[in-house]
Amino acid sequence: MTATAAEAGLAGQFERTIARDARIEPRDWMPEKFRATMIRQIAQHAHSEIIGMQPEGNWITRAPSLRRKAILLAKVQDEAGHGLYLYSACETLGADRGDLTERLISGRQKYSSIFNYPALTFADVGVIGWLVDGAAICNQVPLCRCSYGPYARAMIRICKEESFHQRQGYELLMTMMSGTAGQRAMVQDAVDRWWWPSLMMFGPPDAQSANTAQSMAWKIKRHSNDELRQRFVDMTVPQAEALGVTLPDPGLRWNAERGAYDFGEVAWAEMKQVVAGNGPCNAERVARRKAAHEAGGWVRDAAAAHAAKQAARQETRAVS
Amino acid sequence: MNADAGRAAGRTLPLWEVFVRGKRGLNHVHVGSLHAADGEMALRNARDLYTRRNEGVSIWVVPSAAIVASSPDEKDPFFAPSGDKVYRHPTFYDIPGHVPHM
Repeated sequence: MTATAAEAGLAGQFERTIARDARIEPRDWMPEKFRATMIRQIAQHAHSEIIGMQPEGNWITRAPSLRRKAILLAKVQDEAGHGLYLYSACETLGADRGDLTERLISGRQKYSSIFNYPALTFADVGVIGWLVDGAAICNQVPLCRCSYGPYARAMIRICKEESFHQRQGYELLMTMMSGTAGQRAMVQDAVDRWWWPSLMMFGPPDAQSANTAQSMAWKIKRHSNDELRQRFVDMTVPQAEALGVTLPDPGLRWNAERGAYDFGEVAWAEMKQVVAGNGPCNAERVARRKAAHEAGGWVRDAAAAHAAKQAARQETRAVS
Repeated sequence: MNADAGRAAGRTLPLWEVFVRGKRGLNHVHVGSLHAADGEMALRNARDLYTRRNEGVSIWVVPSAAIVASSPDEKDPFFAPSGDKVYRHPTFYDIPGHVPHM
């Protein structure tokens, strides 16, 4: 068999595995473009979880009660965990962890633009849980059936934990809404600031989404950006009503014919600016991650030196 | 890979595979991987990463480099010995329907 014939056979096997809805596993042959796409997507997702610790992390020391502080601490710890599940999945494709970190802190790899917006008040902690994690759940539930096994399995773990994130956020907001007029205004202000960026989390409109068609063919993606965005809007409107807040979109209304909510146009120019690095917090987020990585260097060095010493001692004992 | 830990200073720490026993009576199941300098650190990191919600009662960590795996390329010949031995399955044998408890 020639090299090309062998390659064609492997490609056929890959396509058939996808076609029968089975999972591609780490040691399987896969097209280089599939591998590269998967590495890029999982790495960006992992980076998003890690950077996503920052907007809320700032509020841990200022949480209004011990209960809220314990919850927020657990939530931010989960975000770190999600990042690590995903880095682990990414490494099954041959990516190197040190290299991935380097790509994040040098700005060569992106993360979700939503985390380039600041969390200005404690109401933002609630709204991030409700809207940002709500949008993330919408995006992530279909990824539990993604064709790449390790990614799908990481998503199953993550989705289970995200449900706590969304509920604690909504509960926090319900508590604030039953408080003073000032607290209710604070919630409304946070909703006004986070609503549109949350809709941007689903990515550009289908017509402009460069990677959608190939990702759908490979069953990495199961639904288009616009489909998921619509699903999120339809889920969220009744939640906003129950909470007693107004979503900042005059074009938002029920369309009985479609059986879905019509909504206004997302400010795509703003999204492009934030993706390009010109959002309110881009530089701050990357600088903080870089500083944390560098400040942790001595811990990694010390742990490695300790492990080497122990291993050497064991070797000496074995010889004598 | 573990012995290389010293030389990893400044670089990424070695990779470990993590297996968790969900509850008594079940096997350990592979859940993912993590980086750590040695076995003890790998166990502690695994506890924090993979059992934050009582997902386990026991954890194994194994240096990833120590795992020997079959290759999917040799799938057909490697698993052939089990493929052609249908007589290893109970359904291979015809037993009359009126014979009880078979």
